[in-house]
Amino acid sequence: MTTNNLIPAISFEKKLSPSPLMNILVPVVSVILALLTGALLLALTGKDPLQVYSVMFYGAFGSKYGLTETVVKATPLLLAGLGLAVAFRMQLWNIGGEGQIYMGAFGATWVALTIPDQPAWVVLPAMMLAGAVAGGLWAVIPAIPRAYLGVNEIITTLMLNYVAILWIDYLVYGPWKDPAGYNFPLTPSFSESAILPTLGDTRIHAGLLIGVVLAIILYLLIFRTKFGYEIRVLGESPEAARYAGMNITGKIILVMMISGAICGLAGMAELSGVTHRLQQGFSPGYGYTAIIVAWLTKLNPLGIIIVALLFGGLQVGGFAVQMNGVPATVVSMLQGGLLFFVLGGEILTRYRISINSRRGDDTP
Amino acid sequence: MTEKLLLEMKQITKKFPGVLANNNINLSVKPGEIHMLLGENGSGKSTLMNILAGLYKPDSGEIFIKGKKVSFKSPRDAINAGVGMVHQHFKLVDTFTVSENIVLGTGTKFRLNTAEAVGQIESLSSKYGLAVDPTAKIWQLSVGEKQRVEILKTLYKGSELLILDEPTAVLTPQESRDLFNNLRQMARDGRGVVVITHKLQEVMQIADRVTVLRNGKAVATLERDQITEQDLAWLMVGRDVVFQQKKTPARFGVKVLELRNVEALNDNGRPALRGITFDVKEGEIFGIAGVAGNGQRELAQVITGMRRCTAGSIYLNNKNITNLPPEKIIRQGVGHVPEDRMGTGLVPKLGAVDNVILKGYWDTYARGPFLDYKKASLETERLISEFNIKINDPTAPVSLLSGGNLQKLLLAREMSLNPALLVAMYPVRGLDVGATEAVHRLLLEQRTRGTAVLLISEDLDEIFKLSDRVGVIFEGQINGIMKTEHADLEEIGLLMMGAKQTGEMPS
Amino acid sequence: MSSDIFIAILATAITTGTPILYAALGEILTERAGILNLGVEGMMLVGAVSGFMAALQTSNPWMGVFVAMLAGGAMASIHAFLTVTMRANQTVSGLALTIFGIGLSGYLGKPIVGTPLEASFRIFELPLLSSIPFIGPIMFKQDALVYLSYLIVPAMWFFIYRTKAGLNLRAVGENPAAADSLGINVFRIKYVYVIAGGMLAGIGGAYLSLMYVPTWMENIVAGRGWIAVALVIFATWNPGHALLGSYIFGGIDALGFRLQAMDVMIPSYFLKMLPYIFTIIVLILVTGKNAAKHIGAPQSLGLPYDREER
Repeated sequence: MTTNNLIPAISFEKKLSPSPLMNILVPVVSVILALLTGALLLALTGKDPLQVYSVMFYGAFGSKYGLTETVVKATPLLLAGLGLAVAFRMQLWNIGGEGQIYMGAFGATWVALTIPDQPAWVVLPAMMLAGAVAGGLWAVIPAIPRAYLGVNEIITTLMLNYVAILWIDYLVYGPWKDPAGYNFPLTPSFSESAILPTLGDTRIHAGLLIGVVLAIILYLLIFRTKFGYEIRVLGESPEAARYAGMNITGKIILVMMISGAICGLAGMAELSGVTHRLQQGFSPGYGYTAIIVAWLTKLNPLGIIIVALLFGGLQVGGFAVQMNGVPATVVSMLQGGLLFFVLGGEILTRYRISINSRRGDDTP
Repeated sequence: MTEKLLLEMKQITKKFPGVLANNNINLSVKPGEIHMLLGENGSGKSTLMNILAGLYKPDSGEIFIKGKKVSFKSPRDAINAGVGMVHQHFKLVDTFTVSENIVLGTGTKFRLNTAEAVGQIESLSSKYGLAVDPTAKIWQLSVGEKQRVEILKTLYKGSELLILDEPTAVLTPQESRDLFNNLRQMARDGRGVVVITHKLQEVMQIADRVTVLRNGKAVATLERDQITEQDLAWLMVGRDVVFQQKKTPARFGVKVLELRNVEALNDNGRPALRGITFDVKEGEIFGIAGVAGNGQRELAQVITGMRRCTAGSIYLNNKNITNLPPEKIIRQGVGHVPEDRMGTGLVPKLGAVDNVILKGYWDTYARGPFLDYKKASLETERLISEFNIKINDPTAPVSLLSGGNLQKLLLAREMSLNPALLVAMYPVRGLDVGATEAVHRLLLEQRTRGTAVLLISEDLDEIFKLSDRVGVIFEGQINGIMKTEHADLEEIGLLMMGAKQTGEMPS
Repeated sequence: MSSDIFIAILATAITTGTPILYAALGEILTERAGILNLGVEGMMLVGAVSGFMAALQTSNPWMGVFVAMLAGGAMASIHAFLTVTMRANQTVSGLALTIFGIGLSGYLGKPIVGTPLEASFRIFELPLLSSIPFIGPIMFKQDALVYLSYLIVPAMWFFIYRTKAGLNLRAVGENPAAADSLGINVFRIKYVYVIAGGMLAGIGGAYLSLMYVPTWMENIVAGRGWIAVALVIFATWNPGHALLGSYIFGGIDALGFRLQAMDVMIPSYFLKMLPYIFTIIVLILVTGKNAAKHIGAPQSLGLPYDREER
């Protein structure tokens, strides 16, 4: 008589239908788990996690200054996140958001420095246009080999980030350097007419408005228009798109251009609304953070607004905590960690954990 | 009975989400026997054999090999126990050579030495009539040759129990006959051979015993002399099967589709179509018979605009549609049921409504730049009821639908466009008998309505049942066309293997 | 250009290319198992900082290499868990790792930025070999990690193409279902080679902080991890080609420095752009060529493997 060894075997079985409960539960639990892991890491390196978190939270949301700063930091993430989400929906991995932001800034600066004496209603739209065009073209460069030759866009867009940053370096250390700037790598200040209007006495600028409007437009575009339908079909199933007669190469280039243009706008908004000049390193990796923002919201334009605010808050909290001797890079770690948990949790929306009790042999 | 059973499966049960695939199945195989497992698609035969091959674990039940109880935790256990499985979809590494595929996963030596194995492979090859070049790369081989590699894999490992899953699906009638002779030889050497099939004639041809599965249950095990085709059919389906679907008499009209000397390359840049000429008339079903890989896919693609022709011309109702882009061809009235229904014909993650508008989103379901979802939902509802498709939520991803419902949805959409020509590729692949009958009925309805139908299929039975004329495709050419009522299976088989037709080709 | 300068450039090409080579070798193993790892940049950074810290503590550069290997491997195990067991999107997981790695390395390295390292790797000549005309001074006047790479490349080549384990690896990358049906443990192989790849990436990063610079600074890797990923495509997943490719990239970089030093009229910023632009051009040329010659990535690259697919 063989003994019954009940060997529990954990396996994943495909679910019949995706569970809407999981779609909400997973992100929430992920945030909690990420915070816990971060706390563990902090504790291991000798910091008090509770204290760090509370400083971060109050820094970001506990005062009027904090809140407005959060919004300010959220704005470029919102814009870039929207831009990237459009491309990601079509399975175009635009990792070049950072470079497109810089090139958009370049375009906007060129306008600002060329026609400083024109009135604002001329200069600002011109800057927006220049920023969008510059960012769009920067994205088209890798889009063309992708569309016609299938060249992996992850690497090509990424390489161009480095090129763009070096280009800006060249400009701000060289021909565009502010003569009255004590040799710092930055351009002269923009004129009044090149600065976006702000809300009251806060630093919240019109870029936010652009972002929110854009989010609504993109939502309608993706879910209600023919163009958006094509993007959705192409992203899910390129073969079906071909079968239905859609123009794939054209769409790839067009969508990348739009993606780059929106990121370019993010660059323009950051300059015109916050820094008021072009300077080295004005983007602390917004283009990369935006990738996480876009992904976490499953590319839903309206959700991106919320997550951008969350991440903006993280950024502000990070600055606050720096004063207490914790490097701001802790924020990157939290963001990365959050993404890990969301990625891992994704499987739970599609699969079900089953614990099988199986009768096994005596032999292990 | 003193004869020791090679294999005994007792009370095997296996459940998947939403379906009880195997329900208390008993199966036994004697050494030297060819035992066939008969059942329609979805009856559970593949699942049962996958359990035996160590890929799935049964929820309950026991397996005995040569009287000893075994429990497979992985395919390796099954292989070590002497079970060799030849899957329907070959598990071969394309970029490896034949010998590399055969030795993969065997032996304990660190260094790879395929030269040694070649000798063994060649002797097995000649002993059992499985001719193949050990140094050839898999992607260079024909389908029949690939199957031989799969069989050699099992023999090389010393398998005593061979399992073949639908092996004749990809073979011509003559190749099937050769295969059965080879299997008989392997059985004579003491092995047990299990063949999974849904073809009744094969059972009559070669089985020593047959076990019939239906809806996950083993309904009968019969000896050879106890078998008649009618009995088997009744056991397989559970009701009397009408063998010949009544076709309305042919009423042909003008030529709708005409191909003249069409040439095209495949994805590897090699010639796939080398001068195709034939035509299809209004109200006719023209079947294309042939072993997969002879240009069928490229043929469907050049007609629907998904592939360029390098020479020749294609006419639709006398209008030249050669190399027109797909959207123009769709607008000319060509419907297409593709080989790959989920992924090409339908977008899996989108809902039924979004899939229905796939070919009409540009104008039919649009208002300016926006989509008219109200109209689309109404049309989807209409199609669901008219075609009897089981869908609970038209916005849920269609990946959740069963194979039969997916195909009905696809056909419904294509037919609602009222095409002049319908190209249908492998339309009932993987569907159970109920769904198959439904699809066949729909195709015949189109024929009655006057649509020209081009039916591409691997299943000769299906072609004979539905088509008015059949053309055989071999290596990118149509080397024979005949009326199905006068056609001869033997002759078709020869054509599928490359013989040329003598005499006039009926038009 | 005199031959002396030429030799010097080539020697520098090897040094500059070595961190990329290590990372590329690791990525070859990972991708051959069918997993795309875009976290290489992050793993190199974490390897660089942890190796540096270990070498600082123990005054032993080899300890640094060892710790870097562990650190890279640990990060890779996260990627393996997410992509193999949890079947997550490989692209996003890799990117998450890079972002996380940038953050983690910056966080850990803050206190030691710029610290000089006594116990770094030094260049030493190999007797006899360094006397070979022309090749000698280029290849055999290097440091220990470079010499180690000379051994690793042929060993890896032999492993992949001439051993049973290598055949199994290639099978898993090309057709995991086939490998699975033969009893090869697909999950285990994927885990092993993803982690091995991370270990090599860690060593590549450590090379920068323990030899090339040598110190720790934020963003010391400066995109080399990404170049390594591109290089794997350029090298058609072959270790020998990766060796050549890394040295070519190293050469471009070295050339850029040379030109800067020679006071050429081009601003240094543009010279620094060279490796990145070169990568793009190479990728475009190679993708087209590979497609034409039907050389491809391992067929299951990027796809999660699920056995009970119905």
